[in-house]
Amino acid sequence: MSPVLSDRIEVHDLHFYYGHTCALKAVSLNVPERQVTAFIGPSGCGKSTLLRCFNRMNDEIPGARVSSGSIHIGGVNIQQPSVDVAKLRREVGMVFQKSNPFPRSIFDNVAFGLQLHRISNRSMLNQAVEEALISAALWDEVKDRLHESALALSGGQQQRLCIARSLAVKPSIILMDEPCSALDPIAAAKVEDLIRTLRQQITFIIVTHNMQQAARVSDLTAFFHLGELIEFSPTLKLFSNPAHKLTEAYLRGTFG
Amino acid sequence: MYNPESLIRKGLPKGHIKDRLVRFSLGLVTYLIVIIAALLFFKIIKDGAPVLLTTKAPYVDLGFLLDKNETLHVFHDARGQRHQLAASKYSAYVKDHAGEPIYNERTFSYSGGGIIGPIVGTVLLTVGSMVLALFFGVSAAIYLSEYAKQSPFIHAVRLAILNLAGIPSIVFGLFGFSVFVLAVPVITSTPSERTLLTVPLFIGKAVLSFQGWNSSLLAGCATLACMILPVIITASEESLRAVPQGFRDAALAMGATRWQTIRTCVLPFSIPGILTSSLLAITRVAGETAPIMFTAAVAAKDDLPWQSLANPFDLLSSQVQALPYHIYTLAARIPASEFTQRAQYGSVFVFLMIVASLSFGSMLLRAKLRSKLKW
Repeated sequence: MSPVLSDRIEVHDLHFYYGHTCALKAVSLNVPERQVTAFIGPSGCGKSTLLRCFNRMNDEIPGARVSSGSIHIGGVNIQQPSVDVAKLRREVGMVFQKSNPFPRSIFDNVAFGLQLHRISNRSMLNQAVEEALISAALWDEVKDRLHESALALSGGQQQRLCIARSLAVKPSIILMDEPCSALDPIAAAKVEDLIRTLRQQITFIIVTHNMQQAARVSDLTAFFHLGELIEFSPTLKLFSNPAHKLTEAYLRGTFG
Repeated sequence: MYNPESLIRKGLPKGHIKDRLVRFSLGLVTYLIVIIAALLFFKIIKDGAPVLLTTKAPYVDLGFLLDKNETLHVFHDARGQRHQLAASKYSAYVKDHAGEPIYNERTFSYSGGGIIGPIVGTVLLTVGSMVLALFFGVSAAIYLSEYAKQSPFIHAVRLAILNLAGIPSIVFGLFGFSVFVLAVPVITSTPSERTLLTVPLFIGKAVLSFQGWNSSLLAGCATLACMILPVIITASEESLRAVPQGFRDAALAMGATRWQTIRTCVLPFSIPGILTSSLLAITRVAGETAPIMFTAAVAAKDDLPWQSLANPFDLLSSQVQALPYHIYTLAARIPASEFTQRAQYGSVFVFLMIVASLSFGSMLLRAKLRSKLKW
């Protein structure tokens, strides 16, 4: 996609701390491009922390730091101080658990990222907003009320609006932190559909507590437990024939 | 065994009398406060409204609002009729009636004419100090809530700011006098004799002279701004914190810098809250006498602040009249009489009206912004 960054993510022996608490221990994995990777595991296992490492959102948390190890995206070590974090986050978009549209119009929400990057040409904006909303399967529902408040939308629509907002800046990777946990099954199915549609162009990494969802949408699944990566394999294999006892126990619902 | 009958009480419930008594005495205290406030307003309106309001066409005595403040002359003419004339009209009368005798002449300083000087002065002081206080206060609030790490040092800073709010205003007056009036640096080619220190700037004859801004509009605004900074900082910080974290996360995750995030996704949504706090500050600034007594205010001034200035910037270094100081002068610095009372209550009434309309205007503005920016 971008000449600077391709979107293969390589994590090598990553240790991560919040203050003195270890959140990730010796995590190594390679997330392939143009596929959907799911991170599953019980609460507090470090899957969201790892996700937030990929766009350096952990920088915003006081006391959070990578103590050793490396993360390369497209061959570039994104931990090094000379990385342009703003540009990185433009390549690596993020959708949060709680939908967080700005209290502005639908149009302004989607155009936000573009305006941030100094695109103010009206026709370019119109076109980009329309494309993003179409990709997020929201265009037909909102095309007649683009200039109404985003907060008038339903919860599921708001979450798809947030996805459209990330799509508008054309990222090559999208990180999703439990994107459907606050949505009803139908709204969640719409989000899953759009992930399936967009997987050709964009790498998705999705953190989820819903194992059926992981099984439905993902190509690869990583299972985390207490800050360690227990198992990382194709979704079909992990769900039908887990290699590790802990994974099997978690999938059966014995704990977590 | 459970007995449903026991639910039905016989006689008054336990503690009924005590409860009634507590309720009555708390209510009494509350209404007493309301009565005191009502009496206060009644007195001001009863004595002040007739000065300003008239029964004829514009229904407002524009002379009182728009004329300059003058000495009042009260006298009887040869036919025994009593006249009350402000100084300028008095001299015109004397010229017109040259040779006629005048009896029982008495003069009352500051009691004649109108109060345009104090009104203009108060407006200038309020606007100037709000500009300064909002700039410094909101900047500090942004730093404290968005940039600073939560350390013991920052907590100490916050505590120090809160403590500023408890300092009596007369202390701010003295502080303003010793710092803004006497000590702050100015760039000048002719340093005053009482300068504390001069630092040569090597540009022509200019030197940086620590001689203060004298008693001036700028010194008064700076002093008033210091006084309300704690209110503005504390309230602005609270309204910045009230903006959901999700807005910041969303903007940062889109590649916005910290400042872009604040400018586009935090500050706009906290403006209604900041305005609410500024509203309280405006009324306080407009009403304070002590901080401006030594720093900006004069009892009498012939010109409006912007008249007879060499250049517009001299406005900042000119002294001004101010409504609260005018009221103080009328009440405490000249002998009381029925004639001074007119000017006094008229000024108080006008002052109340100005403050009330400022509050009302800010409330409207706030309501309008709130309805646009809700989440």
